[in-house]
Amino acid sequence: MKLLAARRRHPMALVVLLLVGLLMTGGAYAVFTTNSTASAEEYTAQDVEEGEKLFVTNCATCHGMNAEGTENGPGLVGVGAAAVDFQVGTGRMPLQMSGPQAQVKTPQFSEEQISQMSAYVASLGPGPAVPEDEYLDASQGDPAAGGGLFRTNCAMCHNVVGSGGALTRGKYAPNLSEVSEKHLYEAMQTGPQNMPIFNDANLTPEQKRDVIAYVREVSEQPSAGGAKLGSLGPVAEGLFIWFFGLAAVIGITVWLSARSK
Amino acid sequence: MSTAPATTAVGKAAQFTESRVGASKMVKEFGRKIFPSHWSFMLGEVALYTFIILILTGTFLTFWFKPAMGELHYEGPYIPLKGVEMSEAYASTLAISFEIRGGLFIRQMHHWAALLFMAAVSIHALRIFFTGAFRRPREINWLIGIALIALGMGAGFTGYSLPDDLLSGNGLRIIDGLLKGIPLVGTYVSFFLFGGEFPGIDIVSRLYSLHIMIVPALLIAAIGVHLMFVVIHKHTQWPGAGHTEKNVVGEPVLPTFAAKGGGFFFMIFGLLALISGFFTINPVWNYGPYDPSPVSAGTQPDWYIGWMDGFLRIIPGWTEFYIFGWPISFNIFSALLIAALLFGAMAAWPFVEAWVTKDHREHHILDRPRNNPTRTAFGMAAVVWYAVMWAAASGDLMAVFFHMSLNDMIYIFRFLFFAGPIIAYIVTKRICLGLQRKDREIILHGYESGEIIRLPHGEYQERHKVHTDHEVWALSSFESPEYVPAEPDPDGKISKWERRRAAISKFFYEDRVAPVTKDELDAAHHDHGDHGVDAGSHSGGELPRGH
Ligand code: HEC
Ligand code: HEC
Repeated sequence: MKLLAARRRHPMALVVLLLVGLLMTGGAYAVFTTNSTASAEEYTAQDVEEGEKLFVTNCATCHGMNAEGTENGPGLVGVGAAAVDFQVGTGRMPLQMSGPQAQVKTPQFSEEQISQMSAYVASLGPGPAVPEDEYLDASQGDPAAGGGLFRTNCAMCHNVVGSGGALTRGKYAPNLSEVSEKHLYEAMQTGPQNMPIFNDANLTPEQKRDVIAYVREVSEQPSAGGAKLGSLGPVAEGLFIWFFGLAAVIGITVWLSARSK
Repeated sequence: MSTAPATTAVGKAAQFTESRVGASKMVKEFGRKIFPSHWSFMLGEVALYTFIILILTGTFLTFWFKPAMGELHYEGPYIPLKGVEMSEAYASTLAISFEIRGGLFIRQMHHWAALLFMAAVSIHALRIFFTGAFRRPREINWLIGIALIALGMGAGFTGYSLPDDLLSGNGLRIIDGLLKGIPLVGTYVSFFLFGGEFPGIDIVSRLYSLHIMIVPALLIAAIGVHLMFVVIHKHTQWPGAGHTEKNVVGEPVLPTFAAKGGGFFFMIFGLLALISGFFTINPVWNYGPYDPSPVSAGTQPDWYIGWMDGFLRIIPGWTEFYIFGWPISFNIFSALLIAALLFGAMAAWPFVEAWVTKDHREHHILDRPRNNPTRTAFGMAAVVWYAVMWAAASGDLMAVFFHMSLNDMIYIFRFLFFAGPIIAYIVTKRICLGLQRKDREIILHGYESGEIIRLPHGEYQERHKVHTDHEVWALSSFESPEYVPAEPDPDGKISKWERRRAAISKFFYEDRVAPVTKDELDAAHHDHGDHGVDAGSHSGGELPRGH
């Protein structure tokens, strides 16, 4: 005990303490992040094989024969099945034209093919897996808690109710009202393009479910006050009052003064 | 008044009040006031009626709104906020929206009426400006009008900040920055307003006293004086046959104007009710309670504050510098300077114009905007300048909508901020001069009727028609200010200011289309006569082309 008390003042003590601290946070981080690699679906060797074939024919031109990346596209080792499922499932990949950001289009592959490519990419290195169904059930989430999380983490890009918003240089955060639960989850998990990644340490799977519940709630609830005008806020309201409200008023004034003649 | 004693109950009551108040004379007097009729003269009325609606709906809201910032957990029916911690102000706004019968409707009506009020006030002011109705003797009323715009902005801002939701909190944060940016005293002013460090717990109750007492009281007072002046000065009128600087041609207040006005009020009321019933405005439940950390994408103020917000979005970030280690930042504070510049220019205009033209006479006949090209061009330049800032406030939404880069939008707006007004000035002036020449042409040579006639020898011609005397009068009876060269003062010297005045006058009125004179008119018609064409009595006569 005495020894320890004496050593506590030793200059090296600080270094040791720092090291221990670093190791612990690093370890915890690793535990948390690998958490999410617990795969929802078990892929078979055949899936991986089929996936590789699909990948080589459709994606390798940009991402490289072994997904190591080329100048036309980033490496995909370690991006995980969730990234592939999101990118291909929303039609963003295969990339059609270069621009500020990949565009959503009708997916070009079947569910099965997407799952096979996901299996292939997942086999290259550990990464976030396709989420499990229990985390996608909006009815189990708490929309109020999700609303708080959404306002702090997402609203600055996607707007408070997910109507979308602009980022720099032509990039933009899309409207979320039509996005499926699975893609909502995967977007948070993998951070497509210019969106930050919200891994399980940032937002736990339960919290992601709350966020999903919130997005579903606000995009599906009937509007209490009448037409929403795109949920774009005061700009839409201002345009409306000038081009509809005031126009109607001027119409009335013209009508009333025409009567007098 | 000597009248027989009343016999009916109503008659007795009327006589009772009349003998004590004596209002009948006033009513009679006022009832005989004449108001000319033109749609553009009714815009001020719209402002008045929407203001009345604002007072009515606002009073309703005060019965339930709680202007307090104590924290509570929401237990109302709106699920996405269940259990969320929020202020009483926000919770009571939600209660008005979801629990009080008709509450949401009245809330929306109050807010839509505010937007319409400001829109009506703005175009009413533009009408006054472009027709020169601010000239003597109405300069003071013009100044009161400007005060009304500023007060209206204040009323709107304090109003939409009350619910204490995320959007309004973001707006207050900008006000906080604006105040803190005032050199030397900024921090103190902000602490004074917010009762400590932003956001504090006082701001909502303070805004409330401003919003329901102080600002409306000032507004009512200013509107009262404004209307009083309208009655004292009598209404202006468009040029026309029989319209002179000494009379007003129109309808008497009683019964015509009053009846129409009453009907008009209910139409505005009905229109607002329709809008409020079918279109959401400020869905506060979407924004969530205020919390200083998040800011939503697409955070904008109501439209009438938008231009200042837009200015903040385009001003580059390097207007901050240090003096002896003290930061002086114009990055946000400059929005106040821009507002001061715009309001100052509006307030100064009547006096500047009178000084430049040396025209200090009374004017009761309005200018058609084209007949004062320089003024109209300046007005349009200001409108464009305002509109550029206004549009800049929604640059982010436009960028997404038009698939453009937000950065490019900012560069475009910065360019337009300077170039827009200049282009608007030049284009407007050319258009006005062109229209004036067209007017001359029509007066002297008639207008194209669109009717093609075939002459006996087979030639086709378009019939040119001449206006009636009344129409010619309306087109030609205007004053066209002229360049007034520098004049020496009684001592025979030309002062520096007089020289400047002359230079401005030259810039203003060098390009000028003179009104048609009587001689020109006679000559033109005589000319037609020479060619053996029936010029009629130049009241509705017809002239073939090609004299
Ligand atoms: C035309 C070139 C091109 C093709 C073809 C293409 N990609 Fe991509 N891919 C890209 C680019 C570029 C990016 C990076 C986009 C960005 O960050 O803005 C990308 C990103 C991705 C990502 C996200 C990586 C991450 O870090 O999250 C995934 C996953 C992906 N691609 C999968 C695929 C799959 C699977 C295919 C085949 C179906 C495919 N891509 C086809 C160009 C391409
Ligand atoms: C820094 C800004 C930013 C933040 C913060 C952000 N996102 Fe995104 N988000 C984006 C961008 C940019 C895209 C578009 C990426 C693309 O097109 O590939 C996007 C895409 C998405 C998509 C896919 C939409 C579609 O149409 O397929 C979803 C879902 C999504 N985000 C959800 C969220 C959620 C939930 C949060 C908060 C936890 C969040 N985002 C936070 C910028 C952001």
